[in-house]
Amino acid sequence: MIRRLAATTLTCMALTAPAAMADVVLADVAELSGAGAAAGAVWHDGVKMAVEEINASGGILGEMIDLKEYDSQTDPQNSRAMVQKAIDEGAYVLLGTVYSSSTVVNMLVAQQNGVPQLTGSESPTITAKGNPYIFRTAFGAQKGLPKLVSYLKDGLGAEKIAVVWANTEFGKGGYDAFMSIADEQGLEIVADVSTEQGQVDFAADVTKVKGSGADAVFVYLTEEESARFLIEAEKQGLELPLGGDTVLVSQKVIDLAGGAADGAFGHVGLSAEAPVPAIQEMAARFQEIYGYSADHNAIKGYIGVYVVKYVTEQIGEFDREKFAETLHGLCLSAADYPGVLMDVCWDETGEMSRESFLVEVVDGSQEITESLPAN
Amino acid sequence: MSEFIQLIVSGLSTGSIYALAAVGFTLLWQASQTINFAQGEFVMVPAFFVLVLTVKMGLPVWLAMPLAVILAVLILGALFKRLIVEPMFRHGTIPLVIATIALGILLKEMVKEFYSPLGQPFPSLFPQTVLKIGNASISVPDIANLIIAMGTIFALQLFLSGTRTGRSMQATAQNPDVAQILGVDIKRMVLYTFLINGALAAIASILITPIYLAKFSNGETLGLVAFIAAIVGGFNQIRGALVGGLLLGVIDNLSAAYFSSEYRQALPMLLLIVIILVRPQGLLGTAEGRTV
Repeated sequence: MIRRLAATTLTCMALTAPAAMADVVLADVAELSGAGAAAGAVWHDGVKMAVEEINASGGILGEMIDLKEYDSQTDPQNSRAMVQKAIDEGAYVLLGTVYSSSTVVNMLVAQQNGVPQLTGSESPTITAKGNPYIFRTAFGAQKGLPKLVSYLKDGLGAEKIAVVWANTEFGKGGYDAFMSIADEQGLEIVADVSTEQGQVDFAADVTKVKGSGADAVFVYLTEEESARFLIEAEKQGLELPLGGDTVLVSQKVIDLAGGAADGAFGHVGLSAEAPVPAIQEMAARFQEIYGYSADHNAIKGYIGVYVVKYVTEQIGEFDREKFAETLHGLCLSAADYPGVLMDVCWDETGEMSRESFLVEVVDGSQEITESLPAN
Repeated sequence: MSEFIQLIVSGLSTGSIYALAAVGFTLLWQASQTINFAQGEFVMVPAFFVLVLTVKMGLPVWLAMPLAVILAVLILGALFKRLIVEPMFRHGTIPLVIATIALGILLKEMVKEFYSPLGQPFPSLFPQTVLKIGNASISVPDIANLIIAMGTIFALQLFLSGTRTGRSMQATAQNPDVAQILGVDIKRMVLYTFLINGALAAIASILITPIYLAKFSNGETLGLVAFIAAIVGGFNQIRGALVGGLLLGVIDNLSAAYFSSEYRQALPMLLLIVIILVRPQGLLGTAEGRTV
């Protein structure tokens, strides 16, 4: 009698229980510690924010996103291991890494396993390797730098440039692109100063720049190094215009460098100060949730998750192969797909194009000085 | 020439801060045969005391900095001696060295976990202004750092040679048995050494962090450079640690500017190798006999 009652109860429970909701796994492999934490941790918060919004509105194709985070520790080999681990644990799409020196290593693992990867990296080499599974969330330096070089030459009238760059995959990519464009534009490079990842003392580098006779300085370093360079430049009274691409004028660098960042200018693909209502609303929500200002990395991470949602909904199933095929050559308009914040297109290499901005740091904030069309 | 002068001055400025940490290495070794491989983290941590006191507790910077020095003296001086050095000391130098390595890792991970893995801005004590001396532009913070660090070391030297307590500390370092027979409270003298090391680390931290930004990993660089500076100058001489620190600061700057920024981190190691081969006791150190 008892056995029958128990069996009946179990049957009833099984029949009346709602169908179990399956989850789709997204893996965020990011620089949560180490030299790149200033970029990776902010990217990760952008990812988390988008996941929470999407889950709150019903998920992707009715499935909730199960976000798994993996710390690359800003170590390329560790990032490779983390990407493999994420794939082994069932990641549908990979998000990250942000540091190019990690992405060029770990994207091979994603490619071998046929897993699409949306990266925050900006080194030109990332999309030049013919990997059909890699996609950017911000365009590569080779697309932004021509706009900056034009500004240096025509906007500032600079002819002699000092270049300070990070001797990493990210820095080398930007450095090569800049040198090539500067050569085409007839700019003379009067100081070529390479620096190391995690470098803490920039006294010698700033002194070299000061003595170079340059009209302006192109700074291509990661977040904390950019801040240290700006602090040292202020300390030594370097009065040359300091320009860079995205990172130099990012909110994180402004927060770290304080008043030393004032006057720095740069080209940015994404900015919380962009005259785009969707971005400003996103940045305001981000500030409310995480208690600090969103920068380009937060926006990249946020957009990345929404791209996964929109592309998956277009193909109607969780199919990695179809996802990669669909995203090549795809354009998403912000009017129809609000999570991408700005109209955006991807080409056949995974490179993207989007409107961008010239900004200057004024009183500790980015000030947009010009909007530039997509190229 | 003006560029060379600027490089020398900023190198001396950074080098004098290295020297503060290197002197701490030397003091602990002299007083208690403790090689503190957590010394870099000892320089990193007081900056976070300042940040906790200012950012989390809302205290003004002028109050937070002396409080951070006091905390460093108590925690990195007295508590370190009581909880790590005293229990491990009787087991010999190697277990103590391993314990300090573990302590360094623990401090680093605790700061990362409980404060932040990200670099943090840190207030500078001095105005970011520049003095023109001839054609050279010398920054006020560089001069101020140099004066404070050198002043601290000279004050320490005066204390050790010019006061009864200082001479008792020296006697304890040179021969604790004889010092005890002569009535010196050697336990107290050793404790003073640890307290002074905590204070030196805190001063170094407050001077260097506006340049480095406050970050859990700062101790890796600082600890290594301070250790090399102490060996290069002479591990058993305060003035040796001073010279070692200054030398490394200047070499680092000159090599980055005139040789190669890629190899700047290797040059101190090369200098260390050369010193060990040519003059193992260090530039100003004296040869020590050891019995087994």
